[in-house]
Amino acid sequence: MTAALALGDDALVLSHRLGEWAGHAPVLEEEVALANIALDLLGQARVLLSMAGDEDELAYLREERAFRNLQLVEQPNGDFAHTIARQLYFSTYQQLLYAELAAGGGPFAPLAAKAVKEVTYHRDHAEQWTLRLGDGTETSHERMRDACAALWKFTGEMFQPVEGLDADWTGLDQRWQESVEDVLGRATLPLPEGPRTGAWSAGTGRQGLHTESFGRMLAEMQHLHRSHPGASW
Amino acid sequence: MATAAAQRTARTPADGAPDTVDMAAYQHAFDAAVAADERIEPRDWMPDAYRATLVRQIAQHAHSEIIGMQPEANWITRAPSLRRKAILMAKVQDEAGHGLYLYSAAETLGTGRDELLDKLHSGRQKYSSIFNYPTLTWADVGAIGWLVDGAAITNQVPLCRCSYGPYARAMVRICKEESFHQRQGYELLLALSKGTPEQHAMAQDAVDRWWWPSLMMFGPPDDASQHSAQSMEWKIKRHSNDELRQRFVDICVPQAESLGLTFPDPDLRWNEERGHHDFGPIDWTEFWEVLKGNGPCNEQRITQRRRAHDEGAWVREAAAAYAAKHTGSTGETAHETGETGAERA
Repeated sequence: MTAALALGDDALVLSHRLGEWAGHAPVLEEEVALANIALDLLGQARVLLSMAGDEDELAYLREERAFRNLQLVEQPNGDFAHTIARQLYFSTYQQLLYAELAAGGGPFAPLAAKAVKEVTYHRDHAEQWTLRLGDGTETSHERMRDACAALWKFTGEMFQPVEGLDADWTGLDQRWQESVEDVLGRATLPLPEGPRTGAWSAGTGRQGLHTESFGRMLAEMQHLHRSHPGASW
Repeated sequence: MATAAAQRTARTPADGAPDTVDMAAYQHAFDAAVAADERIEPRDWMPDAYRATLVRQIAQHAHSEIIGMQPEANWITRAPSLRRKAILMAKVQDEAGHGLYLYSAAETLGTGRDELLDKLHSGRQKYSSIFNYPTLTWADVGAIGWLVDGAAITNQVPLCRCSYGPYARAMVRICKEESFHQRQGYELLLALSKGTPEQHAMAQDAVDRWWWPSLMMFGPPDDASQHSAQSMEWKIKRHSNDELRQRFVDICVPQAESLGLTFPDPDLRWNEERGHHDFGPIDWTEFWEVLKGNGPCNEQRITQRRRAHDEGAWVREAAAAYAAKHTGSTGETAHETGETGAERA
């Protein structure tokens, strides 16, 4: 099922990236918060991947070209501002999409209804930090502005229709843009300029075409599982 | 109120001039409260040395929680199943939470988290020596859960009755979560032990490497423990290092048997006469070397901690600046962080 893989891979990959922060966060409270978000996403990923097959087989035994996640979520953590910009873009998308799926009554409605509560928290966390960094010091403002700009070109892919997901993609995109523009405005940050999709980034993650760092991430994630074929853990 | 007696006694001198207060009366009331197993609370009078000992112990306990995140976080990105990954992430998150409880408990004694972290980063305060050992395989995650958390629980359960209220209450919450982690560690090792021959060997190797360092977690032998006697008198500590170590060995031996794993100690055997297990001598030279900073990961652990703190400075400064702008006051945090900013500039 393409849709379950697309949503499941988004959650799995972003969870993995957030897990890389453990022990490196700028303040103890953020160790808790980032791990919390990573755990929520991993929980979502497990439900979604299980809808498509065996969660561990899907997570650990697929090659890079078979993953269906957005290129946005596989982007390296960078500094805290990059992580927050990625969270802002993705959690806003996820909340809007899940709210719609929850209301729609399709196969993803039960998962979406549960997940939307978690995602609302994720979005709030990202917004609060966008405000603090954008409207904090000169340094944090610059870093947050640069991070938002650097990830901008990956945001268009979120609104490429996914087979099997009944959503108003154009409407979602519009509401996403309004929401992000509002948050950035309150954070005294400019809305990034430039295209939101490129020749390489438009819907390509969903087709299994990823960015270079993704293969390395998978190598690390899958190594142990692949070293012991057939073992249970 | 734990030391209501101390409070009353302390208020007795009517003229209110502190230097006329009879210190012996304070001391007497404190001693009586401790003897009666009452809890000492933050606003109660306490001897300076009691306060200093608690700050040292609670801070080092807090530091151990946050340094202790590193050896396990080392395996988050490589956990071999999604279920194990979720368990491990939740555990590391709990440890950060334990750090927060404990820093709060330390703060009730009149110190600040920033000051304590600074002492950790500059090496003036220590953390548990166990976290200076590396996690080399996935099985180490299980060995840490079972043995390291098991040793921690053996140490910490009596602290739930510690004479200082805020510490005792933090320990009640922490011990509940730690017991859960310990069972998960045991269950992880059980899956490996009953798995493929390679998995079994991985589990045995991890237990071989973590057994002795876990026994060292109880601290030096009783005759070389400088703080023990006083801490027991103050009821901060309830049992001696060697008593707790013996209790731990006695608990672990049958567990190892049901795991199908052995301990790397040829002298380990049941002693009918004592009703305890005898065990071989601990390598105290290694213990003191690790404590002095010469363990396998001391440098790496503290470097990562310092780097996370330093690289996060701009984030904390941003939060403080934002708070100052939007609450209209500079606030203590903003002020402190501002100073840090000036030092760095």
